[in-house]
Amino acid sequence: MKNKKLKNKITTFLIVIAAYAIVEILLLTGNMSSLLQGLLVPLCTYSLCAVGLNLCVGYLGELSLGHAGFMCIGAFTGAFFSVTTADVIQSDTVRFLLALVIGTACAALFGFLIAIPVLRLNGDYLAIVTLAFGEIIKNVINVLYVGKDSQGWHVSINSQAELGLEPGGVTYINGAQGITGTPHSSNFTIGVILVLIALFVVYNLTDSRTGRAIMSIRDNQIAAESVGINVKKYKLLGFTVSTAIAGTAGVLYAHNLSTLTALPKNFGYNMSIMILVFVVLGGIGNFRGSVIAACILTLLPELLRGLSDYRMLIYAVVLIAMMLFNWAPDAIFFREQIVAKFKKGGREV
Amino acid sequence: MSFIMYLINGISLGSVYAIIALGYTMVYGIAKMLNFAHGDVIMIGSYISFVTFSQMGLGPVPSVVISIIVCTALGMIIERVAYKPLRKAASPLAVLITAIGVSYLLQNIALLVFGANPISYVSMLDIPPVKLAGGELTITGITLVTIVLCLVIMAVLMIFIKKTKAGQAMLAVSEDKDAAQLMGVNVNGTIALTFAIGSGLAALAGILLCSAYPTLTPYTGAMPGIKAFTAAVFGGIGSIPGALVGGILLGVIEILGRAYISSQLSDAIVFAVLIIVLLVKPTGILGKPIFEKV
Amino acid sequence: MAFENWMLLSRFLIQASLLKLVTSKEVIIKKRVISAVLAAAMVCGLLSGCGGNGGGKASADSDTFRIGGIGPVTGAAAIYGSAVRNAEQIAVDEINEAGGINGYQVSLQFEDDEHDAEKSVNAYNSLKDWGMQILAGTVTTTPCIAVADKTAADGMFEITPSASSTDVIKNDNVFQVCFTDPNQGSASAKYISDKGLGSKIGIIYDSSDVYSSGIYAKFKEEAASLGLEIVSESAFTADSNTDFSVQLQDAKDAGADLMFLPFYYQQAAIVLKQAKDMGFAPAFFGVDGMDGILTLENFDTSLAEGVMLLTPFAADASDEKTQAFVAKYNEKYGETPNQFAADAYDAIYIIKAAIESANVTPDMSVEEIGTALKGAMPSISYDGLTGSGMKWEATGEVNKDPKGVVIQNGVYVSID
Repeated sequence: MKNKKLKNKITTFLIVIAAYAIVEILLLTGNMSSLLQGLLVPLCTYSLCAVGLNLCVGYLGELSLGHAGFMCIGAFTGAFFSVTTADVIQSDTVRFLLALVIGTACAALFGFLIAIPVLRLNGDYLAIVTLAFGEIIKNVINVLYVGKDSQGWHVSINSQAELGLEPGGVTYINGAQGITGTPHSSNFTIGVILVLIALFVVYNLTDSRTGRAIMSIRDNQIAAESVGINVKKYKLLGFTVSTAIAGTAGVLYAHNLSTLTALPKNFGYNMSIMILVFVVLGGIGNFRGSVIAACILTLLPELLRGLSDYRMLIYAVVLIAMMLFNWAPDAIFFREQIVAKFKKGGREV
Repeated sequence: MSFIMYLINGISLGSVYAIIALGYTMVYGIAKMLNFAHGDVIMIGSYISFVTFSQMGLGPVPSVVISIIVCTALGMIIERVAYKPLRKAASPLAVLITAIGVSYLLQNIALLVFGANPISYVSMLDIPPVKLAGGELTITGITLVTIVLCLVIMAVLMIFIKKTKAGQAMLAVSEDKDAAQLMGVNVNGTIALTFAIGSGLAALAGILLCSAYPTLTPYTGAMPGIKAFTAAVFGGIGSIPGALVGGILLGVIEILGRAYISSQLSDAIVFAVLIIVLLVKPTGILGKPIFEKV
Repeated sequence: MAFENWMLLSRFLIQASLLKLVTSKEVIIKKRVISAVLAAAMVCGLLSGCGGNGGGKASADSDTFRIGGIGPVTGAAAIYGSAVRNAEQIAVDEINEAGGINGYQVSLQFEDDEHDAEKSVNAYNSLKDWGMQILAGTVTTTPCIAVADKTAADGMFEITPSASSTDVIKNDNVFQVCFTDPNQGSASAKYISDKGLGSKIGIIYDSSDVYSSGIYAKFKEEAASLGLEIVSESAFTADSNTDFSVQLQDAKDAGADLMFLPFYYQQAAIVLKQAKDMGFAPAFFGVDGMDGILTLENFDTSLAEGVMLLTPFAADASDEKTQAFVAKYNEKYGETPNQFAADAYDAIYIIKAAIESANVTPDMSVEEIGTALKGAMPSISYDGLTGSGMKWEATGEVNKDPKGVVIQNGVYVSID
């Protein structure tokens, strides 16, 4: 049992490292298209999100539809730090690392604060509260104005004019226009390292005393309570780690684009649901599956570009078909039969 | 005076939410799934009624009937093809994700068929506005129709569930699928019927939504869908009166929040109230408390 | 291209499903090893497969200018992207029929970005793989800022038909066909003040939209300095943009006699209807996003009677150029073009003018073309659908005069 788990872990790490090696080789030999080069960081971003949410859905057994909100917090705090300290901290790497820490910490803090009251709720009610939270974040960020002049910091949640900046003052977060000019510090190597760290964290968390406690809560909360497991503590821990990883993904996302705005498309409930799609398609509780599903579903619409008008239509059809193929009991039965045949044939030969 | 105006507008908006929320809540109560494609069925219903009424020149009654029929059929097909195979899947999330896939599919079909350009939806009914208090209060015809229709639908549904065999079967399935099956209830048929009713209501909701807020695009259904889903949870998901209460409260809070607190933060206000209500009453306003079995 | 993608996709899906087959719980054989090998093979096959596309860049055909376009053709902003795509195609077809630019043919490829910055960068990279030399895009502001960063790094010449924020033109390789948002805001305030159109002004704007909040911010600033009185200002967001009863009631209670509506015509159509329903009849003043309201399918144009707007383009203008364009667009796509389409059509012809002036050829590198066109822009003057005698600053901002029009009997009539 133990051995199998270890093997499973190592395989996952090896897959990620192998993928990284292959990409680097292709990059060095100049054999990679611009499209794919541009997709490398987003692939890491969404893999991170999926791994984080899978911890929440697969191990904690709680459905969250607000992970894009936590990603948004990570993205904005990280980017805000980078833009405001652009003059102070000269080294790009140091600044980015600090931004990562800050973004992750802020997302974790919000996750923790939200979790305290909210984790009392169950199932779909928790889902709707997290969805609501994500929408609140998006809405508030869209009307948030932060600027600085010689008098110090000014904050408004109404309009830029209300900041009352002196001439020469700088607006860092400009409402719907968000943050512009975030330094382009994300790269594939950092992305892969972050994915590896996240995998390391979640594997260790789930494969420890804590992890077993968390899973026992998922499987039967009352039984877990009765053997003396501190349900609240473990739920909080699991949820906070999950949101922290989403925050890290947000920082990575923000430093890959020169503009950061909170639109329904990137930080709305649609994105939260998209992350959930990665998790479910890759297998609930299966971190490797999350990474693979996140990569497949992020690449899919890009590879379908040749279909122009029919692109998103085909994407939807493929999504439904993949779900049916992976999850429908009939389809699983059918697959088993084929595999059985395949194996039988193999033996005869 | 403005306050009364806001209140009426809020109730009108809330009535539309309530009718949409009915579809969510019935399906949830019986199939235990969140049908995220519901909002897009609404959009399809609006387009069908637009095509039949404004383009083909049919009268209001035939065009409403046709859109209800099309949506009902659509709802049943979606249930049969995309949801039924997953009913016994290992995780209830599988069907949720498929519903999202269906939602994308419907949006993109509409985008291809009807194009990205918005359409100005002309209301089928031309009821003159009612003026009260010497013209200071104006209530539009569509507002009245929406509110009345919402109440009528709610009453009919309640009677249907209480008095008919099919309605009782629905109740039985929502309580316990397996036990209902053992008692001779056709579970698959009942679930299909629920989808049919929910989708038929979606057509009506679409027509009312677009009559009150007359811009129709392939994405028209998405946001009202999510808000109605919120309303259903607000009122207690699975409960039909809950959908009414939740929908109307949500509409009123949205409008009053926008009017008196901040027009920029009205979405945040709605969702914040939702969170607070759920924290105080974790199963919604009229939801049944969950007892955990030991 | 499409075929290659198909091949790639099918291979990809087969491998993915194989992977799933092998990893399904029930198989007890050494599935992990096999899945690892398969996954590696998948990644390898996928990446190298794609690599093939990017390797041989399109230097092969040196007799064609490759112009790329980016914009949303799916998603909630699809209307703007599809208008631009259609109009760019018309312009390119016209140019090719007339013998191309300096004898070189032009080919156009348009990619979808769903109004998302990240997708837009993907679209840009995809176009680079195709061999794009000049970018006529992107359509919407936020994605455009992200892409402008990339074009600057690549030294590519970019002209955006409709992304109007000042952040878009921060880099010197990007030029705009449309007005900047602050420019529209201050022009509107000046216009209202000069003509004495209203004394108590109410504003509704979209606080979640860059364009709308950008115009609003500048308008407010300018109005203050011109002494215009703003009695009511309220916002809406992309998530609640169907009901304006509260905002209108607020303005009505405040006694506004002119409503300034700096947002798009889909919402404006609802505002006009709701205002009429509640018996509120101030003057309405819009910006270029309002253009399109008269051609909104099924719209009761009597609602828009008396609405004023500042727009560089009017689909029913009587000049020959506009009429020819509108007729062609109508014939080809079955609808009346909006202002986005007109800007896009101009964008292609502006590229043509710049190429002719700088005398660049398709066999030059992207950077060479970029530098040459960038240098040529400030010196050209162009008469198009959206303005005559358009000139550009080296910063990328356009100089043209907004036209004030008022809607009378369902058509635009010039105010001046």
